[in-house]
Amino acid sequence: MRLHAPENTVTFTFDGRKIKGVPGEPVSAALLANDIKLVARSFKYHRPRGVMSAGSEEQNALVTIGHGAQAEPNVRATTLEVSEGLEVSSQNAWPSLRYDMMAVNDLASPFLAAGFYYKTFMWPRSFWEKLYEPVIRRAAGLGALSGETNPDTYEKAFAFCDVLVIGAGPAGLMAALTAGRAGADVIIADEDTAMGGRLLREQEQVDGKPGADWVAAALAELDALPNVRRMTRTTVTGAYDQGTYGALERIAGPRVPGKPLECFWRIVAKRAILCAGALERPIAFPNNDRPGIMMASAVRAYVNRWGVAPGTRVAIFGNNDDAHRTARDLVAAGIKVAALIDSRDDADVEGDFPIYTGAKVIATKGRHALQSITIRHNGGTRVIRTDCLAMSGGWNPTVHLTCHMNGRPTWREDIASFVPTPESIPGMVTAGACNGTFSTAACLAEGAKAAVEVAGGLGLKPEVTVPAADDASYAITPLWAVPGKGRKWIDFQNDVHVKDIKLAAQENFRSVEHMKRYTTQGMAPDQGKSSNVVALAVLADATGRGIPETGTTTFRPPYVPVSIAAMGAGSQGKGFAPERFTTSHRASIARDAPMIEAGLWYRPSYFPQKGETHWQQSCDREVGYVRNAVGVCDVSTLGKIDIQGPDAAALLDFVYTNTFSTLKVGRVRYGLMLREDGHVMDDGTTARLGEQHFVMTTTTAAAGLVMRHLEFVLQVLRPDLDAKVISVTEQWAQFAVAGPQARALLNTVLDQELDDESWPFMACGEVGVAGVPGRLFRISFSGEHAYEVAVPSRYGESLFRMLTAQAEVMGGGPYGMEALNVLRIEKGFITHAEIHGRTTAFDIGMARMISTKKDCIGKASAARPGLLGESRQQLVGLRGKGRDHALTAGAHLFETQAAETRVNSQGYTTSVCFSPTLETHLALGFLENGRARHGEVIKLRDHLRDITEEVEVCDPVFFDPTGGRARG
Amino acid sequence: MRIICPNCGERDRREFYYQGDALALDRPAEDAGLEAWDDYLHNRDNPAGDTRDLWFHEAGCGAWLVVERNTMTHAVHKATLAEKVKA
Repeated sequence: MRLHAPENTVTFTFDGRKIKGVPGEPVSAALLANDIKLVARSFKYHRPRGVMSAGSEEQNALVTIGHGAQAEPNVRATTLEVSEGLEVSSQNAWPSLRYDMMAVNDLASPFLAAGFYYKTFMWPRSFWEKLYEPVIRRAAGLGALSGETNPDTYEKAFAFCDVLVIGAGPAGLMAALTAGRAGADVIIADEDTAMGGRLLREQEQVDGKPGADWVAAALAELDALPNVRRMTRTTVTGAYDQGTYGALERIAGPRVPGKPLECFWRIVAKRAILCAGALERPIAFPNNDRPGIMMASAVRAYVNRWGVAPGTRVAIFGNNDDAHRTARDLVAAGIKVAALIDSRDDADVEGDFPIYTGAKVIATKGRHALQSITIRHNGGTRVIRTDCLAMSGGWNPTVHLTCHMNGRPTWREDIASFVPTPESIPGMVTAGACNGTFSTAACLAEGAKAAVEVAGGLGLKPEVTVPAADDASYAITPLWAVPGKGRKWIDFQNDVHVKDIKLAAQENFRSVEHMKRYTTQGMAPDQGKSSNVVALAVLADATGRGIPETGTTTFRPPYVPVSIAAMGAGSQGKGFAPERFTTSHRASIARDAPMIEAGLWYRPSYFPQKGETHWQQSCDREVGYVRNAVGVCDVSTLGKIDIQGPDAAALLDFVYTNTFSTLKVGRVRYGLMLREDGHVMDDGTTARLGEQHFVMTTTTAAAGLVMRHLEFVLQVLRPDLDAKVISVTEQWAQFAVAGPQARALLNTVLDQELDDESWPFMACGEVGVAGVPGRLFRISFSGEHAYEVAVPSRYGESLFRMLTAQAEVMGGGPYGMEALNVLRIEKGFITHAEIHGRTTAFDIGMARMISTKKDCIGKASAARPGLLGESRQQLVGLRGKGRDHALTAGAHLFETQAAETRVNSQGYTTSVCFSPTLETHLALGFLENGRARHGEVIKLRDHLRDITEEVEVCDPVFFDPTGGRARG
Repeated sequence: MRIICPNCGERDRREFYYQGDALALDRPAEDAGLEAWDDYLHNRDNPAGDTRDLWFHEAGCGAWLVVERNTMTHAVHKATLAEKVKA
């Protein structure tokens, strides 16, 4: 029922029914205004449930919004703002909320106590995964995901400030005002739609005016300060190392395609002031979960802030003075108070309504909505007709964030609550209700004091003026559970009641962490915000310990559920990883080349031509270009590292196994690089462009790794070396030009003709390429007469187009990764398929490349026992039995007569191809003592693909073993 | 986690690459023997408390840093350029 006629309304639907809401209010307020009490079914027993709170701690009123791929389950109706056309549905009920078939679970509840599943569904073992778990999962649960890809947009963002104020109630606002006035960069964040905290929800006077008016003035002042940023709808979800905080912002306004729904913030603050307030806790009395039984503070919030009466005859049940204000506010709003029940004998209450002191609620009635309660008073019982019961078991300070870095809260007997232990989070202080300080006047004073302390640490000197405010006392006598017939709910969201916890204690799950896991108390999406303290009080009682000795479970981030979509914002689809394109990318795409990923790079797989129906045809043709005419391939993705300085050569001598100081200017040398543990890290060629100037190439995959390694050597191991390294991978576009016609092709684009005398194999130098200063290297990864020509990247695309057009005139053309791979396997050249991190220089037949005349990275370790000798699996070539006998990579190698079991495996294949040149399938692989076994026929077995082939062991260089073609 | 890079100031942990114990600074001589090399390569303490390790400011200035921090409190005490530590 609404207390006043609203000015504006919006219409949304709840389970298809049209509901009018007032802009700015939560869905829960609109439902209560329309007398909708039943809003959800509970997790395990499918009990009818209604709205319980007015904040993010809501345990019952979880709903799904939207439908299809955009459906979002488990949204709290208490924090979801109404908007025009919003589609809200109840969850975990079938066929309808009112008539839920699964409510039979509730009748079976005596058999479904905590630990029931563990005890019952143990046997037979195989039934668990196939039968028990699926059935149990379907029966229990909250909302469900659609299973479709979420098309919504989410965002992440970063912010920095001097002072982060968490929570904008009286303490938070006072802290932000004080720190902001002193000139600190302040961010104040609050999860509500409006700032003000309980000042918006209570009847309080501040500075001689209503609390809400003081809030308005404070916000106006904060907005006028350029150094203060206000963030509403923003829940600070976690406290992390060095002043980093996570925060989830719900973006206001209607759903618009492309506009983010949520933003996940990482806020770095020099200091933080936690003013997170407190959460009211329920009392565990029999059947305390009926729709219409709510927190007293929530009843006041609906009445005072949103003008909604949650009932027409409201009863109040509490154990503290704070509950009394509920009666006062209801009377002021003209709502009938059916009874005020105070569990304390000595409660001092007055009012024009029935008052029962020393009384307790022992029973409730009403299946889909509360109808009456029964109280025990003065030794007798009395039934009271009521449609709303406001309960208050006292307040739990919201200590969560102070516990995110291993902090444990401290028990305070006088308020029967845990409060933060000081200095639990470096740089954070606490103020107000989260500190156990409950009166408005004290909250304002503490907020100001915290700001002075924090600003002082930043070298600022704030002036303090604290307004006058109500200073009501807070007296409480603990009441956790009321005895009586019926279940006394503690964790409403996971359906855990008093008996479950007693059962845990009885079965010796006495530690609070064990009790939690046994009963699932505190493991629902709300993480036990409202239930934890009651649960451990009941456990303490059942185990005969005090509450402080029982302790709390660990509070972990996030404080409220954070969607994976928000945390991973920007990382869906193309956002998952950056894409790197070569300068020839467009030209390759224009030739319909399928692209394959090489690290972050995209490289052409092959260049299909008309009439070709299979990649193998294109690949074979492209191999033929290189072997018979000329091929062009973009090799720009290989890492290029420019190395300069007086000690550049000494650096190379130290990182490569072989010697580079002896390399002449204008020459290139192949180099092998080890890790310090003696295994091969990478290989490549390095060119000496000048006395103190080298350019190193790395493999595509290891470019970043090698760069980091060189910096490690220069800065950590050998700071004595005077050399500098820089990556120039992206600065140069580089193309392999390979084949018998390579020189002829290059001569069409070079400013000066090449001749054999000045450009022998492994020569390098500067050249003019169509008038552009470039570099030329006579190196070969195909075994043919070949060059790599490099130009500044901006000329890459046009050079690629020139070279490929000319190559086509000469009977050649571009070749892709597939052909490149075949060409190098035919020549036995290794890639990271072979140097995969567990192979040594000895394994790949390059032990002699480790110079005996100098130290280098990995040298000492490469000689360790076990890394040399016959037992090692050594690089070999494996030749198949012809065109129809394909080989596979990853297959294992066996002696022909051996059983194909793991113990008999003598090695494995790493790279395979069909060689159009040799007209058979080839493989590279590692075989025990392989170098001594050339000529032997062995067996290749691929269990995964069910392939068995006989292969002949041979030298890994299948083609042109003397290397005459590359030199000629 | 945040690290104060001597070159760049305080930066988020995401900008850094983690290597491991700063023991890597003390590379044994080529002929130091198997045991010394084994210790250098493989054997590491796992301290509950103060530790020194190497981080690379890969998405920043490219400096290798020796970072002193506490594995219990997560406090980061100090970061020094590795080349200065060695010198």
